[in-house]
Amino acid sequence: MKLLQLLLPLAVFAALPVAAQQTLIPAQSTLGFTFKQMGVSVDGKFTKFTAQVNFDPAKLPTSKVAFAVDIASATLGLPEIDAELPKAPWFNTAKFPQATFASSAIKSLGGAKFEVAGKLSIKGVSQDVVVPVTMTQAGAVTTATGVLPIKRLAFKMGEGEWADTSMVADDVQVKFKLALNGVGKL
Amino acid sequence: MAVVLHWVLGLAILGMFGVGVYMTDLPFSPWRVKLYNWHKWAGVTILALSIWRLVWRLTHRPPALPQVIVLGMPAWQTRAYHATHYAMYALFFTVPLIGWAYSSAAGFPIVWFGQIPLPDMLPVDKEFAALIKPLHQISAFALVGLAGLHTAAALKHQLIDRDGLMQRMLPGRG
Repeated sequence: MKLLQLLLPLAVFAALPVAAQQTLIPAQSTLGFTFKQMGVSVDGKFTKFTAQVNFDPAKLPTSKVAFAVDIASATLGLPEIDAELPKAPWFNTAKFPQATFASSAIKSLGGAKFEVAGKLSIKGVSQDVVVPVTMTQAGAVTTATGVLPIKRLAFKMGEGEWADTSMVADDVQVKFKLALNGVGKL
Repeated sequence: MAVVLHWVLGLAILGMFGVGVYMTDLPFSPWRVKLYNWHKWAGVTILALSIWRLVWRLTHRPPALPQVIVLGMPAWQTRAYHATHYAMYALFFTVPLIGWAYSSAAGFPIVWFGQIPLPDMLPVDKEFAALIKPLHQISAFALVGLAGLHTAAALKHQLIDRDGLMQRMLPGRG
């Protein structure tokens, strides 16, 4: 009896309505970034990242998105420069192995467009951002895409001699395409 | 005009050769990125000026060699001078074009002076880039080698033959 009394509240809690969980399809998802180096555009990407998505288009107030990026998976496809990324002036991967994003509010703009407000943390620096997201559905897969412009110096990306923005521009476009299973009809 | 282009391009090419040799030995740093970009911008400028140089050369015959010099030169020297000049003109274009192709294939489009994006000569292909990279270096060394031979020959005429041949290339006549 005592056990049941203990377990009952737990069972009730578990049954509380929470936006259903979706799963990320890593093979169809991409997370990349583009920046300019002396006028020349350079593209990079992260090959390892995970997402916890509780998204219900009909229940936005209880919907949540959380993201974790494996910083060591960053690559520009250029071995010489990739060797620089984990160093202290750049990602300082040993000290900050993950970048994260946690949403605080999701707003619908109509037409499958959303604004996801949340905290972006890179290299130990947290910033409030608003991420524009466009969603499209094809069968069981929902794809969320968007571009978030950030300033690299705000996150201490490129310290010391690399802080010179005439060398590497401050503006970085973070581009994402997340394929999700289990999203309700938009 | 031919005289001006000759000296400007000669100095530019030698300068860029020096920068090229120096910059590839540097460890990765903002300074190296700067040098690489300046080297490319200068290379494209050299290419553009070389086109102008070639057009000018094809439309303006240089003065004929003085008879005394023509008579004084053995046939092999005449052949050598023609061959060297043809080869140098060919390399004026080959060296920067391979450099541009290498940069494109390696995934670094060239933005001239950081302002004007130039078309990619080739799609990105890292393996191909690795293949042609040595060609840029080899052809650059060949060009500088020929320039050295060219300079030595000019000095031979000036100091050994004392035939005043160099006069026609000195500023004040262009």
